Amino acid sequence: MKLDRDQVLHIAELAKLGLSAEEADRFTVQLSAILEYFELLDQLDTGAIPPTAMAIDQHNVLRKDSAGASLPVETVLQAPRTIGQFIAVKAVLD
Amino acid sequence: MPYEAVIGMEVHAQLITESKMFCHCSSAYASAPPNSHTCPVCLGMPGMLPLANRRAVEATVMMGLALHCAIPLFSKFDRKNYMYPDLPKGYQISQYDMPFARNGSITVPLEQGIKTIRIRRVHLEEDTAKLTHQGGYTLIDFNRSGVPLIEIVTESDIRTAEEAWRYLVALRSILRYLGIGSGNMEEGAMRCEVNISLRPVGREELGTKVEVKNMNSFRAVRQAIAYEIERQTRLLEQGERVEQVTMGWDEANHRTVFQRSKEGAEDYRYFPEPDLPPIIWTEADIDAIRARLPELPDAKLKRLIEQYALKADDAYLLADERATADYFEVAAQACAGVVEAQTVANWLLSELLRLMRESGQELSANPVTAGCLAELLKIVSRGEINATVAKEVLAEMVSSGKSAPEIIQTRGLKQISDADQLRQMVEQVIAANGQAAQQYRDGKDQALRFLIGQVMRQTRGQANVSIVESLLRELLAR
Repeated sequence: MKLDRDQVLHIAELAKLGLSAEEADRFTVQLSAILEYFELLDQLDTGAIPPTAMAIDQHNVLRKDSAGASLPVETVLQAPRTIGQFIAVKAVLD
Repeated sequence: MPYEAVIGMEVHAQLITESKMFCHCSSAYASAPPNSHTCPVCLGMPGMLPLANRRAVEATVMMGLALHCAIPLFSKFDRKNYMYPDLPKGYQISQYDMPFARNGSITVPLEQGIKTIRIRRVHLEEDTAKLTHQGGYTLIDFNRSGVPLIEIVTESDIRTAEEAWRYLVALRSILRYLGIGSGNMEEGAMRCEVNISLRPVGREELGTKVEVKNMNSFRAVRQAIAYEIERQTRLLEQGERVEQVTMGWDEANHRTVFQRSKEGAEDYRYFPEPDLPPIIWTEADIDAIRARLPELPDAKLKRLIEQYALKADDAYLLADERATADYFEVAAQACAGVVEAQTVANWLLSELLRLMRESGQELSANPVTAGCLAELLKIVSRGEINATVAKEVLAEMVSSGKSAPEIIQTRGLKQISDADQLRQMVEQVIAANGQAAQQYRDGKDQALRFLIGQVMRQTRGQANVSIVESLLRELLAR
């Protein structure tokens, strides 16, 4: 499967990555090669295998609802930028 | 051309739990200083593993059952990927194609009868951090990050703002009955998004869908929908197109405003959450959860009407809150055979709840228990005090915590039913109001009302009205 340049730019946008024109071209070739490699898996006949969401055989791993200690606020506020007791980032608007 | 609105709603409701959805941080985010309830899991540190909260999972199934949903025996969590600072992991743990509950329904009372709204699904996810925008910065408080959140999605069965509002009220009522959520929109514990499209009446195919967000109260939801229906109607009538956009409710100006275009719509790249094993129920598990459901609002409403012969409107008000309905039932049973249940309902709804609102108290925590109210109403029914005095007594019961007999005793409020004592007063009133007495004798019946009022005034409302009335008629007939 070949990715086109627009798809690569779309993925970059979703990942909030800015790509130069040269990078977009390069990653289009590289990501296509990776996808093509994965296509090898298509050669396996998986018709008899039910779809699975989990590789290990576990289910209903649940914890009791009880609260414990959280991190000290000073630890949390080691973020690159803080204002008061908030972590601050450059303004984002939804 | 008349248009019809087609409305679907997505409601997010926080669950009441001690700890967050996937870690042991306290979920009491609102009262805590910013970023004080966080840990590597809810901060999205690399390599941290989530562990699902059993209470939240079971609460979601309870909600599903209360909404008459099917509970699939297999369900799982998924990652919803997006980049935004409210979720430092870069994804939200949610449920995509295998939610805990699907295909249910809820009924809402409307003037023209009961309406059924289909529920598409109920799923469980984690709430996000709270962002506030200040100057050139966005401030992040991660206390809310990871608080359990259920999402309830309807089919597009809603047609009017009124129906949407009724739906939210019914949903909140169920959340509270189950004890799993507060449903408080003002505090952000319940939030909703509304999809609205218009189509000519009688047409099957749907018009362009507009999403409306940002409503912080039940009233705002009703106003926003009404406004949006009007806006779209105007566009269509002018021959213009409705754009597929997201609008936000502008509370200050009472209108919806453009937020963003839906072009290049969401691309969340959902995939199964590899860190959380699936949930597999047996029928016995689900039966055990079902057995924990209380009587729900619709069943309670029906029973209140049948068992106590209440007016439907009153029964609806009583059934909205479980605590109110319980209070009513205890009081009505204590009054059985002495005071009619409808009378108990009247006193509770119009007097006691008003006093609760005025004093800012909760019915369940106020000094006047259901037994105290019943005691007061029985005193009224024996004719020891009249209704006017009883209202004063009730107000004092609420403010002082004293019992009805105590207040009546100390304030000397007992109704005067002694005919000899009243006869004297009536004679005095007639003598002092010769003109009114003459008018009555001339056939003006209103004059009698006036004279009764005079006697009541002299006795500070304590005279037995029916005795006063018959005494007046007797003495004036001479």
